[in-house]
Amino acid sequence: MPRGEASMVPEVEFESYYGRPILKEPTWKTPDVPLYLFLGGLAGASSLLAEGAALTGRPDLERVARLAAAGGAAAGTVALVHDLGRPERFLNMLRVLKPTSPLSVGSFILAPFSGLAGAAAASDLTGRLPRLGRLAGAGAAALGPPLATYTAALLANTAVPAWHEAHRELPFVFGGSGAQAAGGLAMMLVPLDQAAPARRMALAGAAVEIAAAESILLRRGLAAEPYRIGMPGRLMTMARNCTAVASAATALAGRRSRLVSVLAGATYVTASLATRFGIFEAGRASARDPKYVVVPQRERVRARQGASAKMTG
Amino acid sequence: MSSPLGMSLLSDLFSEGRLWGRLDDVQHDAGYGTSEEHPPRMGFFTDTSVCIGCKACEVACKEWNEVPDDGYLLTGMSYDNTQELGASTWRHVAFVEQPFETVAARPPQEPPVDVAPAVDLGMPSLGVPAGEDQATSSGESGVRWLMSSDVCKHCTHAACLDVCPTGALFRTEFGTVVVQPDVCNGCGYCVPACPYGVIDVRKGDGRAFKCTLCYDRLKEGQQPACAQACPTESIQFGELDELRERADRRLAELHDKGVDVARLYGRDPEDGVGGDGAFFLLLDEPEVYGLPPDPVVTTRDLGTIWKHVGAGAATLVGLGVVSFLGRRR
Ligand code: SF4
Ligand code: SF4
Ligand code: SF4
Repeated sequence: MPRGEASMVPEVEFESYYGRPILKEPTWKTPDVPLYLFLGGLAGASSLLAEGAALTGRPDLERVARLAAAGGAAAGTVALVHDLGRPERFLNMLRVLKPTSPLSVGSFILAPFSGLAGAAAASDLTGRLPRLGRLAGAGAAALGPPLATYTAALLANTAVPAWHEAHRELPFVFGGSGAQAAGGLAMMLVPLDQAAPARRMALAGAAVEIAAAESILLRRGLAAEPYRIGMPGRLMTMARNCTAVASAATALAGRRSRLVSVLAGATYVTASLATRFGIFEAGRASARDPKYVVVPQRERVRARQGASAKMTG
Repeated sequence: MSSPLGMSLLSDLFSEGRLWGRLDDVQHDAGYGTSEEHPPRMGFFTDTSVCIGCKACEVACKEWNEVPDDGYLLTGMSYDNTQELGASTWRHVAFVEQPFETVAARPPQEPPVDVAPAVDLGMPSLGVPAGEDQATSSGESGVRWLMSSDVCKHCTHAACLDVCPTGALFRTEFGTVVVQPDVCNGCGYCVPACPYGVIDVRKGDGRAFKCTLCYDRLKEGQQPACAQACPTESIQFGELDELRERADRRLAELHDKGVDVARLYGRDPEDGVGGDGAFFLLLDEPEVYGLPPDPVVTTRDLGTIWKHVGAGAATLVGLGVVSFLGRRR
């Protein structure tokens, strides 16, 4: 599908209350929350890299990935707590486990993941309690994929049109983007002869992420418009371009040149960051403009009225 | 009340009735026992056709609940300087001003002759709203005033409550939805979850606030402050079942008088949120008042959302495995 003006949904007429928003714009702060989305993805996918590296005897890769998992989770927790209106009440998150609240479920993933990833990294660094360290690492690897993808449910389980309508695609965008970030970071910091899994993870993650993000644009109509236009649109375009460049460089010369590996890795990390900020801002934009609420809902009402008129008429 | 739920309850939990669709006894669903064991569900029927825009409800709510001021801004857009519901505005009177030219596509009906004369409360206007469609005219020009006192809908399926990770938001024995300020940690999840844009985090305080349906007064057998203060009985408080019947009668009465634009909003227990505990009689499309025309609780899709998160996580595992296949370097 061609991008740009040609593919845009034509301007629609709709009524509103003085053009004011219907939804409340999310009060989640930036950079806290988009950064948390990024760090959760980085940490979650890194825990997989770390376990694979340990199993296949790649100590340098293991070291970097363990530190990325532990550091990402710790920094992500800081960002999440900082975002709270009452940070001192962070532990209230663990009062109840509510499957209807992705933030509740996520807290019960993040808390043990942080502990396990931290323990695995500490053991790897100090060489102490190696067996327990490995066990902790395996536990972190089990929690890593949900940590990287539950944040998609966090955004999607809201009334925000750009997030909610993309609920089928966002988990794949986030999973792929996390793999891209974890692979990219390891490509930057691990010697070439141990970095092959990192390159493959970044390449494959990038493919999944791009396919899922494209699918939002193709399938989600008006709700996908915020991903194309304005500041979020620019962030999403930047992410896609970075991903494409990094993937081309990795495929062509990532195996031979350390410099290319470092630059491509950094570009992957940048792309993952840009994706998270772009998705976050697209959601905010869609909550601010009543068009994204009124137009599809009005269409639904009309369709229902049409259907019932047909039945009675 | 929110209680820890075992994962074994998952399939039951994401089913119709629990998270969307018709639910006849919300208190039972929230663990208050049978309909004999808990009080009836209480709510509001706000009949906007008799609202005169006096804002007594806004003031009464602020006073009773000691809600702090939220700035004294003049918007210049209309008589509405309150602008919207928020953490410090739990009742909001919307003022829609429709000059006749712009409602040409939907011409106001002639004021019916048999209605009681409206009382002039000294509101600035082109004239006293004469008919029950709130249209008035003088000479060539006319204006239709739509005034509506908006409030938290106390949804049957309340997204704010479902997503709250701390359990600060809970369902009361009256079927209403209330935040416990001593539990809320200001995570802000309820804010984008609400399909009506009602609840918000109060700046400077950090916690989320909204209408409590005067939980304290209800427990004392009193009616909410806003309803008590309303001089025209636009805000009617009572048992939800009874209010729904009353609203149906009022709608029929208005339709008989030729006010065809009248419609109920949030009354249908089969709608996207399972019906509102606070519902309305409107004289135009909901979006004209700043209300979503067809809100759906986000948790209707929660089963699908979790399924796709699971598939996304499995894909990531696959990515991890694939990364370690193939050549070593
Ligand atoms: S209107 Fe919004 S804040 Fe009120 S109960 Fe429904 S979801 Fe919650
Ligand atoms: S801000 Fe408070 S009331 Fe709202 S979801 Fe978070 S803890 Fe619950
Ligand atoms: S019910 Fe009570 S808290 Fe809610 S708007 Fe009325 S006065 Fe305010």
